Amino acid sequence: MSTAIELIDLYKSFGSTEIIRGVNLAVEQGERHAIIGPNGAGKSTLYNLITAKYLPTAGRIRLRGEDVTGCPPYEINRMGLARSFQVTNIFPRMSVFENVRCGMLWAMNYRYSFWRDVDELDDVNARSRQVLEDIGMTSRADVPAGVLSYAEQRALEIGITIAGGADIVLLDEPTAGMNRSETDHTVELVRRITENKTLIMVEHDMSVVFGLADRITVLVYGEVIASGPPNEIRGNPAVREAYLGEEVD
Amino acid sequence: MAVANTAAPGRSSFLRRNAIWWAALVLVVLLPQVARSGTAIAVLNQMCIMVIFSLSYNMLLGQGGMLSFGHAVYFGLGGYFAMHLIQLAGGAGFFMPLPLTPIAGGLAGLFFGLLFGSFSTNRAGTVFAMISLGIGEMIAASSLIFVKFSGGEEGITADRTDLTPFFGHRFGSEVEVYYLIAGWMMLSAWLMYRFSRTPLGRMANAVRDNPERAEFVGYSQRRVRLLSFMAAGFFAGIAGGLFALNYEIVTEETVNLVTSGIVLLQAYIGGVGFFAGPIVGAVVYTLLQTLLSNYTEIWAFYVGLIFVATVMYAPTGLTGIIMMHLPIYRVRKLRTLALPYLKVGVPALCCAIGVIGMLELLHYLSVRAVGQSTKRLFWMSLNVEQPTPWIVFGLLAVGGFFVARRMAPALVAAWEAASAQAQGRGER
Amino acid sequence: MLELIVFSLLNGLVYGLLLFMLSSGLTLIFSMMGVLNFAHASLYMLGAYFAYSISAKVGFWPGLVIAPVLVGVVGALIERYGLRNVHRYGHVAELIFTFGIAFLIEESIQLIWGKQTMDYREPEILSVPLFTLWGTDFPAYKAFMLAVSIGIFIALLLVLTRTRVGLIIQAAITHPNQVAMLGHNVPLVFTGVFGVGSALAGLAGVIAGPALGTFPGMAAVLGSIVFVVIVVGGLGSLWGAFLASLLIGMLQTFAVAVDYSLEDLFAEIGISTSKTSALSDLYTVTVAQIGPILPYLLLVLILIFRPTGLFGKREV
Ligand SMILES: Nc1ncnc2c1ncn2[C@@H]1O[C@H](COP(=O)(O)OP(=O)(O)OP(=O)(O)O)[C@@H](O)[C@H]1O
Ligand SMILES: [Mg+2]
Repeated sequence: MSTAIELIDLYKSFGSTEIIRGVNLAVEQGERHAIIGPNGAGKSTLYNLITAKYLPTAGRIRLRGEDVTGCPPYEINRMGLARSFQVTNIFPRMSVFENVRCGMLWAMNYRYSFWRDVDELDDVNARSRQVLEDIGMTSRADVPAGVLSYAEQRALEIGITIAGGADIVLLDEPTAGMNRSETDHTVELVRRITENKTLIMVEHDMSVVFGLADRITVLVYGEVIASGPPNEIRGNPAVREAYLGEEVD
Repeated sequence: MAVANTAAPGRSSFLRRNAIWWAALVLVVLLPQVARSGTAIAVLNQMCIMVIFSLSYNMLLGQGGMLSFGHAVYFGLGGYFAMHLIQLAGGAGFFMPLPLTPIAGGLAGLFFGLLFGSFSTNRAGTVFAMISLGIGEMIAASSLIFVKFSGGEEGITADRTDLTPFFGHRFGSEVEVYYLIAGWMMLSAWLMYRFSRTPLGRMANAVRDNPERAEFVGYSQRRVRLLSFMAAGFFAGIAGGLFALNYEIVTEETVNLVTSGIVLLQAYIGGVGFFAGPIVGAVVYTLLQTLLSNYTEIWAFYVGLIFVATVMYAPTGLTGIIMMHLPIYRVRKLRTLALPYLKVGVPALCCAIGVIGMLELLHYLSVRAVGQSTKRLFWMSLNVEQPTPWIVFGLLAVGGFFVARRMAPALVAAWEAASAQAQGRGER
Repeated sequence: MLELIVFSLLNGLVYGLLLFMLSSGLTLIFSMMGVLNFAHASLYMLGAYFAYSISAKVGFWPGLVIAPVLVGVVGALIERYGLRNVHRYGHVAELIFTFGIAFLIEESIQLIWGKQTMDYREPEILSVPLFTLWGTDFPAYKAFMLAVSIGIFIALLLVLTRTRVGLIIQAAITHPNQVAMLGHNVPLVFTGVFGVGSALAGLAGVIAGPALGTFPGMAAVLGSIVFVVIVVGGLGSLWGAFLASLLIGMLQTFAVAVDYSLEDLFAEIGISTSKTSALSDLYTVTVAQIGPILPYLLLVLILIFRPTGLFGKREV
């Protein structure tokens, strides 16, 4: 297997505070990888570096072997990497359906087309309906996204992310704010749509993490303190001390 | 976006799906039969040009989230270029039928849209607004300086009948010109409507709503804005070209800040959140301008008042207000609003009469000749030197305002009740 | 040549400081409230008209004090009963609102005072030349304008650095989102700043009216220039606004004095140019003619190459 994402000696500071302090990480293609760590460890910041929301202070980022450090976010996305946001980040004045549809237009190769009617793009519309079905929002298709409830917006957030069918998916706390059954549903969905794809997710819910991940990386204060298969992480004393505490048992 | 925003298209017949366009086409064709007088046709011509211009403006503000204070640049430059083409073709006598000349304006708009857009569309919001203002001022000032191109203060003129006849038409009469302009209007409006429903048009909405997220689904916000900006420039240029052939003169006024301001005013009053908003705005504004100015010199002040009131109390514009009542109309509950509307409407009308009265008297004070003191207003002769008219108008204004404000909550409640019912009906 | 330089310098200084009186208020308002007040120059015009009407009744000097106060009140009312309601729709809506207000003020002025230029004059004692150099007079009134502007500049400096309110304002400028946490009555501070900024604009109008003319277009003449000043100086930077005011003041007065075109340059290096080509305008226009374009050119260049302005820290 080849690597999907490789982070090499990554550093990021905001002003004088170093948030990411020399992260090295390789995620294999097809792997389901979870990143865990206490609040403020820099997990979201790591995502923001990978997806080029921020430029790293030092270090390189490789996507399928190719150096993408400094590429703009849209180019990273076009290389088949999609992400969701911890703080919901949708198109508030557009309908739920439009939100999902916008998530896939580029990926389905319609680019900047200004001659095709979106309603006549049968492939796009069928897929949009499918995604709505998957995230359980079919009945809300015509509602402006801005007026959805928090849980619905979280679901839509995932919907936009998976819409394009990217083969590397980064999810930032996808189940935050969901109840048990919604969480279970989301886990199932994520498992299904990332079949044969690469998944990286940040998650605080340990049952989700251990249920889904092939490999887990523990990030504390911007440093990787452990990385390995779930069993190994569960047994790692440093991890227990730093983060997991009693939750694991 | 008001028109057919539904997700599933429902493949109805071509005729049904475009019903509103067919209706508009019939209306446009029949209008000159109803409004026959020369002035009426002139008003219609102006209206059609403004409709295109406002729609193109809304590609920026409403659909792309770019507030421009310099959109007249593309309108005016389009006008200059189209005018030069008419001059050139008229002089040299090469093949160039008049109906094609607006394309020159459109291409000029497209080109300058690319030129100025290439550095102004990096960001939206305040920066964009400031750059557009700067470019607007720069072009307006330049058009007075580069006299060879723009004719300076006098502008440039041409005779449209010098051109190659178009199927026998020389466009000497107002009605012929009307059909030319109206044809371009229908075509442009339809194209702009189509544009709003293409992948690019939808992504323009997405970038307006959330530029960051748009980048994470594969689109460069800058490129999306630039392309919308160029399209807006193109249609503004078409409108400018039509202006040129209609009035046969293009001056600095077409590029300056006043014109840029008017198009913002029109689009906003009409409602920037809807495709049809700018059309409503352009029609209303042109009517106000041409009708109101027959009765009062301070019509622009009233337009300003309407604009500020729109920004403060009805940011969705006239179209928004209409759309708010559409679901209620569909369930036939509009009647329940009649009384509450009356209760607010009558005092509001009193207030308006009071305000208008005071303003007109005030204005009369400044323009009256020495010794004059009677002003004709509301079919009465009023003596401005007497306190009575002032007091009556003042009482009407203040009283009307407070009563209307007392009654407004009841109207809002009635509207909410009715639309709740409409929604319940809709979901079942 | 020396004469030209000295007088252009003096005029540039007068004009530049006038611009600063306008741009300082605009900058303060922007820094604290995030609002680019389109109506600022209209308030300046209002100041001139108020002062004209007052001076017609009771003379120039009372007008100098009363008119700015009135304009300040108008500004505070606009903030309190207009802007504050629009705030929830965001900055773009605020900008559109102030644009509407600018439109309304301009129309109301024509409604009340008519379209003609007002006969608003400087007082007798100031309508004499202060000194004469190389046969050219320097009017006492310009010196007076200079004195008022400098006085305002110093007063502003003192208020901002020496008083409690000044410190709050400074805190608000550097940490726009945190003033609320300081526990001050933020809405009141906003209204106050808007009022004071408007009063400054009004004062600028009062003293500019006799020199630059009191007519319905006077806001349009300066309106966009003031925006140029605060953007070029760097939004939210008072020092930037100060330096940019002087820069643009000088730029414009010097440009007016330079009667030189590309053609002249070509002639000097021995290239002759055709007078008939359509592009001939490009090289026959003189620097003096291009003067009005220069500030906007500067604005566009700054926004492209240095969006924070010369001294600003925030992007526009
Ligand atoms: N743009 C920024 N500017 C300054 N500091 C930032 C910025 N973004 C993040 N930080 C800081 O970086 C640190 C790490 O933040 P980050 O959001 O990456 O944590 P996290 O691991 O995702 O935490 P959580 O589990 O709460 O989501 C925090 O202390 C945060 O305050
Ligand atoms: Mg996080």
